[in-house]
Amino acid sequence: MIEAEHLTKRYGEKLAVDDLSFTIRPGIVTGFLGPNGSGKSTTMRMIMGLDHPTAGWATVNGRHYHDLAWPLREVGALLEAKAIHPGRSARGHLRMLAAANRIPLRRVDELLDLVGLASVAAQRAGKFSLGMSQRLGIAAALLGDPGVLILDEPVNGLDPDGIRWVRILLKGLAAEGRTVFVSSHLMSEMALTADEVVVIGRGRFLAQQPVAEMTGQSTARFVRVRSPQLEKLHAALEEQQAQTALQDGALIVRGMDKEAIGDLAASLPVTLHELAAESASLEEAFMELTEQSIEYHGALQGPARGADR
Amino acid sequence: MSVTTTDNAEAPVATEPAGRYGMVDLILSEWTKVRTVRSTMWTLGMALLIGLAASGIAPGVTRAHWATMSASNRASFHPVEVSLIGAYLGGTLLLGILGILVMSSEYATGTIRATLAAAPRRPMVLAAKVLVFAAVTLIVAEFAAFASFFLGQALLSSPAPHATLSSRGALQAVAGSGLYLCVVGLLALGIAVLVRHTAGAISGYVGFILVLPVIVSALPGSLEYQVERLLPLEIGSAMIGNPSPDAFGPWAGFLILCGYTALILALGAVLLVRRDA
Repeated sequence: MIEAEHLTKRYGEKLAVDDLSFTIRPGIVTGFLGPNGSGKSTTMRMIMGLDHPTAGWATVNGRHYHDLAWPLREVGALLEAKAIHPGRSARGHLRMLAAANRIPLRRVDELLDLVGLASVAAQRAGKFSLGMSQRLGIAAALLGDPGVLILDEPVNGLDPDGIRWVRILLKGLAAEGRTVFVSSHLMSEMALTADEVVVIGRGRFLAQQPVAEMTGQSTARFVRVRSPQLEKLHAALEEQQAQTALQDGALIVRGMDKEAIGDLAASLPVTLHELAAESASLEEAFMELTEQSIEYHGALQGPARGADR
Repeated sequence: MSVTTTDNAEAPVATEPAGRYGMVDLILSEWTKVRTVRSTMWTLGMALLIGLAASGIAPGVTRAHWATMSASNRASFHPVEVSLIGAYLGGTLLLGILGILVMSSEYATGTIRATLAAAPRRPMVLAAKVLVFAAVTLIVAEFAAFASFFLGQALLSSPAPHATLSSRGALQAVAGSGLYLCVVGLLALGIAVLVRHTAGAISGYVGFILVLPVIVSALPGSLEYQVERLLPLEIGSAMIGNPSPDAFGPWAGFLILCGYTALILALGAVLLVRRDA
């Protein structure tokens, strides 16, 4: 269980995290979504006690991180994959962490096996690819067999196999009753992995809801229709005040559900080759939610300001 | 099947020990850090080698030129200092840089976050780091000092004079220079806690040790001597047995150096707690 209450972080004039409150429950994978620079990493660092909140607080299992008796046995975190001394071996990295929380050394080798790094355990981590570093970071997070996992972009740099591996791992960890809090900019991946999402934009709380609900609610929901008599159907739909658009030879209809469209087609009569209700992808729902809060929106439009970013 | 356990049915991590993580755990962790980075071992090895090489060369050169040296040069010749100067200067530079690196590399690589996530009580983390670094450098520095002394004296055979450990002030100079190197290494580590960047910390350290004396030497006469004797370089010279006329005694100077180091480390601890990692 992770709780944040009025969590706020100010850097000079800029509010990186603005009065954020949420509860992350155990037993499910909770995705943490927000555009780049929206304060996801800062929030995670504040939960971990690494950055000090300007106001508000965060707790893990009801306690401030600072007060945990054996932090790695309660919270496992992957904040930056490349945050490993390049001159230290994978095994050395895990050993120095294990020692700090009196975790048995055999656990180090178990985890190197689990993440598939056993064969390169003695190699300097500086030679690791981003994907290997991510695996080492995940091993470090799991070292103390913690009940709470905080992972910042864990699939970044992984190949499709690796992404799938992380997905199964996270779902499995949640199924064991652990709290899994994972940020990602890959919405499609979140749609597959997360049960619930917390969405923030410009440091502000936007939504917390089940993934299914979030995609269902979006106005981006539409019905795709294919027909050999598309013109006729199109005209009839416009009479019904439905919004329509042509896309790749199909008609995209908004404002009418598929049953109504089917009935209308039958009454004309018009043959249908496809009639499919499409829920918006999480990505679309996310874009809709965060549209107003995308930080550097203007930079893409004004060439004069383009140099800033 | 559990995701985190491997095929053995045994619990992956033994049940949580009683109490909290503490100093002993952090010392073990810091020792593992030192042990598992090759560059640390290389730097320590280099400090030893440079010390020994210089201790071989300086006395060797002195002996070869003894016959042609002026009487005043012969009179001011100090066999203990000549054998220690290499270990002293090389150690000041290399152990200082090592002290900086053990701290600044955590910031450069981001491992500081892993370190503080494992042990959020930051002053305790710093204390463990200081203790481990002090123990390792003290052993290496004392070894370098004694080895340099014996090697140097062995090469300073007649006609040049040579010293033994029982010569007046010799034991103090040899053992003291090892202590001195350990403490300047800690001072460098403290600077790295404050500055957090390798290049910045090295500049700060070298500035304090080597550049400040040059600036001080531009001060008017009496003031120059008053300030100069407070500088680490003067304290070190007094320690290896070649004090300038106004210098503090070796141990008084050493205490002053310990004072600087304690002050910088204490300030570092305060900032370490206050700043975001």
